[in-house]
Amino acid sequence: MASKLTTSNRAGWAFALPGFGLIAMFIVVPFFFAFFLSLTNQRLISPNPTEFIGLSNYKNLLSISVLTIDPETDADGQVLIGDDGQPSYPAVRSFTRNNPDFPQYNGMREWFRWQSGDQAKVVVAKDVVFWKSLRNTLMFVLVVAPLQGAIALGLALLVNQKLRGMNIYRAIYFMPVVVSIVVVSLLFRFIYDGDDGLLNNILSALSFGLFEGRDWLGSESSALGAIMGMSIWQAVGFHMVIWLSGLQTISPTLYEASSIEGASKWQTFRYVTWPGLRNTAVLVLIVITMQAFALFAQIDVMTNGGPLDSTTTVVFQAVERGYGKQDISGGATISVILFLLVLTISLIQRYLTREK
Amino acid sequence: MATINPDNHGLRLATRYVVLTLIAVIFIFPLLFMVMSSFKPDLQLLRDTSGIRAFLPVGDLSFDNYSAAFKRAPVGTFVFNSVLVTGVTVALSLFFCSLAAFSFVFLNWKGRNILLSIIIATLIVPFETIAIPLLLLVSKLPWIGLEGLQIGWLNTYRVQIIPWIADGLTIFLFVQYFKDLPRELIEASRVEGASWWQIYTKVVMPLAGPVMATAAILKFLVMYNQYLWPLIVVQQETYRPVMVGLQYFFQLNTAWGEIMAYLTLITVPVLAFYLVLQRAFIASIASTGVKG
Repeated sequence: MASKLTTSNRAGWAFALPGFGLIAMFIVVPFFFAFFLSLTNQRLISPNPTEFIGLSNYKNLLSISVLTIDPETDADGQVLIGDDGQPSYPAVRSFTRNNPDFPQYNGMREWFRWQSGDQAKVVVAKDVVFWKSLRNTLMFVLVVAPLQGAIALGLALLVNQKLRGMNIYRAIYFMPVVVSIVVVSLLFRFIYDGDDGLLNNILSALSFGLFEGRDWLGSESSALGAIMGMSIWQAVGFHMVIWLSGLQTISPTLYEASSIEGASKWQTFRYVTWPGLRNTAVLVLIVITMQAFALFAQIDVMTNGGPLDSTTTVVFQAVERGYGKQDISGGATISVILFLLVLTISLIQRYLTREK
Repeated sequence: MATINPDNHGLRLATRYVVLTLIAVIFIFPLLFMVMSSFKPDLQLLRDTSGIRAFLPVGDLSFDNYSAAFKRAPVGTFVFNSVLVTGVTVALSLFFCSLAAFSFVFLNWKGRNILLSIIIATLIVPFETIAIPLLLLVSKLPWIGLEGLQIGWLNTYRVQIIPWIADGLTIFLFVQYFKDLPRELIEASRVEGASWWQIYTKVVMPLAGPVMATAAILKFLVMYNQYLWPLIVVQQETYRPVMVGLQYFFQLNTAWGEIMAYLTLITVPVLAFYLVLQRAFIASIASTGVKG
């Protein structure tokens, strides 16, 4: 294949270099730069020289431990019961603020706690907000990736039917994909509104007034869910189209054969369609996962991470610190952690879906 | 299998269309609501959300919200900036990425495989993970312009354009497409003494229409919808694009009519563009699913 006619080092480099150079400069360099910055105390604008501080950015973000607290007892060793009928405990502060007996907990704050016998187990972390952002992001990925993938497949099967007008339905289902997620987020702020929101009115009409209505984005329990629903609504058409192109690679003779054999619809899907979609499935899963980890615009436009950090995400934290507080090294450290997370999850997905 | 009598068949067909249409309603109605609301005064807009009127062009309709939106923010500037940045980036991206892909597919040279592997590897790096280090990088980059040497790219058009010209996906799409072109065509042109530049411009690019459309549409969507990057590198409203301009509308007192007008203004042209080129849009997304 390596013909003399097509060998040219000079032309080859000259043609590839502009494109490659741009990628090197604006993707590869910042990628490695992130690792470097995460080991320093770099700020966007600072009069002081940048110092190398080792892993302490990572320690500040990731330090977490479980603190076991014994209930308060009276002079006889009896457990004191508070007004709520629960044992009362000394404040977490007393362990984490300059307590010489527990240097390992110094500067940590409570994230959440549970009860184990009389003792309280308190999870404390140096950077509780970061841990919350990690939890929210993982939750978003774990719900959105399978759900959006499945809904997209369902839609693809629907519009893949040989019926009149399918093109129109396909075009409609795809439509939100071309609308910016920023526009969609602002639009849904109104739809999710607690007072005049469209969703409350629709649900109340559908339930003949039984549904009371709620402030979807204003409550800790529903804000992230509302953002998930909207994100799926906006992006599902994209993955529907990818499934569709997968469906169209399956040979029609396989379907003919299965109908001659008298296979049911489910059997046809299970033994013909699904195996034919293997590669597409891996691709869809990985693409949705990567997009889900990058969750930012929805948060920035709709909730700013609230209420009570219930919708803050890893990218939102990286931007808030790196740009908002000009703490470049802190933002870069979060970026590195995010990248390692995305990489790990993609590798696990690849491993689980490998050809056996 | 049960025999299908005509009535049964008709019923099943009707059920299918009902299901398809109900789903279509879910996708269309929020957008319809946005467009309709943009013509209504705030009071009526809020009242209408309680019923089907929210989706209908009824009541007191006018362009008042639009003129109010133009008064509140330099909407014209935002639109101009977005169109400029998107147009220039798409054009440069098509040129640089096709040129590189041409070299990777048709030329033999040392280092070719390594460079291509690096480019493909960048596909697993989400932009969000490099945004912060890139922010620091562009704030220190030099630039030689009409005013001489300057340091820092913040608050410019170039900071919104240059980092987005080349990307792994676009190069990958061109590489996949070029691989399917007959190599004999290239070799024959070489025998006839054509230069590489001539082969690129006269032989290969005239055949690259479909992949150009795909790459242009994908890049267009990315660029027009940019949010995070311009948010952190552009603080001056003279250079802001439309999506960042949104902030003018939800920070002070929220006037939903104006917001809906602005959203409609920046969305409907794209939707119209999509509806006209619907097949090309869908084909371009589908082609990203072709596994290499």
